[in-house]
Amino acid sequence: MSQKTMRDAINEALHQAMEQDESVFVIGEDVAGCNGSAGDVGAVGGVFGVTTGIYHRWPDRCIDTPISESAIVGAAAGAALVGMRPVAEIMFADFIGVCMDQIVNQMAKFRYMFGGKSRCPAVIRFSAGGGFSAAGQHSQAMYQIMTSFPGLKVVVPSNAYDAKGLLLSAIADDDPVLFFEPKILYQEACEVPDEHYTIPFGEANFVREGDDVTVVAFGQMVPKAAAAIDELAEEGISCDLIDPRTTSPLDENAILESVEATGRLVVVDEAPPRCGLTADIAGLAADKAFASLKGPIKQVCAPHSPTPFSPELEAAYLPDGNKIKAAIKATLA
Amino acid sequence: MSIPTETLSNAYRSMKTIREFEERVNAEIMNGQIPGFTHLYTGQEANAVGVCAHLDADDTIISTHRGHGHCIAKGAEVDGMMKELFGSSEGLCKGKGGSMHVADIDRGILGANGIVAGGPPISVGSALAAKIRKNGKVAVSFSGDGSVNQGTCFEAMNMAVVLQVPAVFVIENNYYSEHTNISYAVGCDDLKARTEAFGFPVFVADGADFFAVYEAAGKAIEHARAGNGPAGVFAEQGRYHGHFVGDPQHYRGEGELDDLRENHDCLKNFRARMAETGELDAATLDAIDAEVMAEIEQAVTAAKAAARPTAGQVTEDVYINYGAGA
Ligand SMILES: Cc1ncc(C[n+]2csc(CCOP(=O)(O)OP(=O)(O)O)c2C)c(N)n1
Ligand SMILES: [Mg+2]
Repeated sequence: MSQKTMRDAINEALHQAMEQDESVFVIGEDVAGCNGSAGDVGAVGGVFGVTTGIYHRWPDRCIDTPISESAIVGAAAGAALVGMRPVAEIMFADFIGVCMDQIVNQMAKFRYMFGGKSRCPAVIRFSAGGGFSAAGQHSQAMYQIMTSFPGLKVVVPSNAYDAKGLLLSAIADDDPVLFFEPKILYQEACEVPDEHYTIPFGEANFVREGDDVTVVAFGQMVPKAAAAIDELAEEGISCDLIDPRTTSPLDENAILESVEATGRLVVVDEAPPRCGLTADIAGLAADKAFASLKGPIKQVCAPHSPTPFSPELEAAYLPDGNKIKAAIKATLA
Repeated sequence: MSIPTETLSNAYRSMKTIREFEERVNAEIMNGQIPGFTHLYTGQEANAVGVCAHLDADDTIISTHRGHGHCIAKGAEVDGMMKELFGSSEGLCKGKGGSMHVADIDRGILGANGIVAGGPPISVGSALAAKIRKNGKVAVSFSGDGSVNQGTCFEAMNMAVVLQVPAVFVIENNYYSEHTNISYAVGCDDLKARTEAFGFPVFVADGADFFAVYEAAGKAIEHARAGNGPAGVFAEQGRYHGHFVGDPQHYRGEGELDDLRENHDCLKNFRARMAETGELDAATLDAIDAEVMAEIEQAVTAAKAAARPTAGQVTEDVYINYGAGA
């Protein structure tokens, strides 16, 4: 056990999965790096360094590709259909725009369309989310959209510990899994066991426990919500903070039980509001816990706009502690 | 081929402007003044300038993530670009897009692009409009040696041939896509031949030589403008910086960068050629250098002083008209 960043925790999970199972391989752009060049092949390990060291141990199972996201996802899906366990890296979740068909029309639907006779144990990893002044095509969360497709499992870790255990579950899972890594959290560290462990899908984490308000947050919004809740604790307001960890499957029970106890709900996500996770969770509570609600549900999310470049604009765009605190207070007003 | 003196001095000014713009942007990023992801074009200036020297104001270009050079060559205001990179609301794109999305539609600049090979299909649309309108315009797309492996690029090239539109595909081989060499990522030995197999001619140039690019691009653009369908330019020239600012560049060979700066420099080559032909004298070129330096300095000063955007602007410009629901 030691402090590890989310990047290192994911890297460790990949190493352990590669060690355990020869059918696991890593594929993507520059996951090794320097191929064809005068430099040392493997020196890069992905643009965020998440696959560092894998090529040097398993050169045959760490595969650099051309810039061809459709073919990367398709190759992962196809290899998985014949029994491999690929872990593909798509550098930015925004590039789902390029490979959408392979994800949603192909891998998501194989098993159903083939009458339950296929397996596609592929994992596609993405860096996701805002906070880098990376503008409209390199900042999107995307997981909220992908959650809407039946046949895909969708994971959004919010800390290094969860990231490792969830990725090991994802790789062992027999269904296709999309794994969204909030890139702003790559450098954030917490205690992470050295040994192999898994975290089951569909099991939310109670990050804080309290009586007054239920707060559900996703990805990079989890630490922001935790900090906001800690500040409110000093004002005598106590909140449950639920991190669902997987958006599909979703731990509905954890959310509903908490809402039934508190009667108040705030949902926080960094994506824009329409057809997103905040509306999804609000709908769930309105549908199944209406009688317990003591006031309106509050959604804290980005506005209905692309992610802006300028730091001032992005700061105004993304939910922050103040917006989360205001929403919590509004449910109590 | 004789090139008018004014074209020559404009070309030199444009290349020098790109060089100094990029070197200054690099410094300002190091100082923490410019946010986001920035990809510098330093070294490849002759590609953009050699191509755009043939374009009219309402011919279009579409660029890439490494877009500053293309935009400057097509006439974007340095001042507005610098402000954009600094994230000012006075920037060309009001601070909404930044380095990867510099655009100036009025000048035929359909945007830098953060999606590798996002541009070529859009350029085919601009070319199709020119064909339907019979206005003799051409649409240029810039693509890197890595971007040509994207399906969208293949689709655009094939469709441009099928539709016989005046699209010009400029492929800039700087030998790397991020950290991967072209010899790995392009499966065949001959990218020019692969491109020509789509059914259009591709003209090759040394990207360190403005005159070579100018000549090759001239042929391609003439071909397209004359209604003969698409054409290509294939220019080879390394970039002087990393893929992005801060790239450790593990993929470089020993002495590679020194060699690039020493022996593959479009500005030096241009000056050497002028010394030979006498078309522009050294004093004229020196004067351009001084003007460019002053322009960049002034652009940076202005960008630092420029207005910052405010929260209310976040939701502006998503739509032209969103109706009552907004
Ligand atoms: C669809 C997509 N995939 C990957 C990337 C990440 N990326 C940005 S630039 C780049 C390399 C592009 O190489 P090339 O086309 O040769 O252009 P160069 O950077 O050399 O100018 C990559 C992989 C991206 N922006 N978009
Ligand atoms: Mg390149």
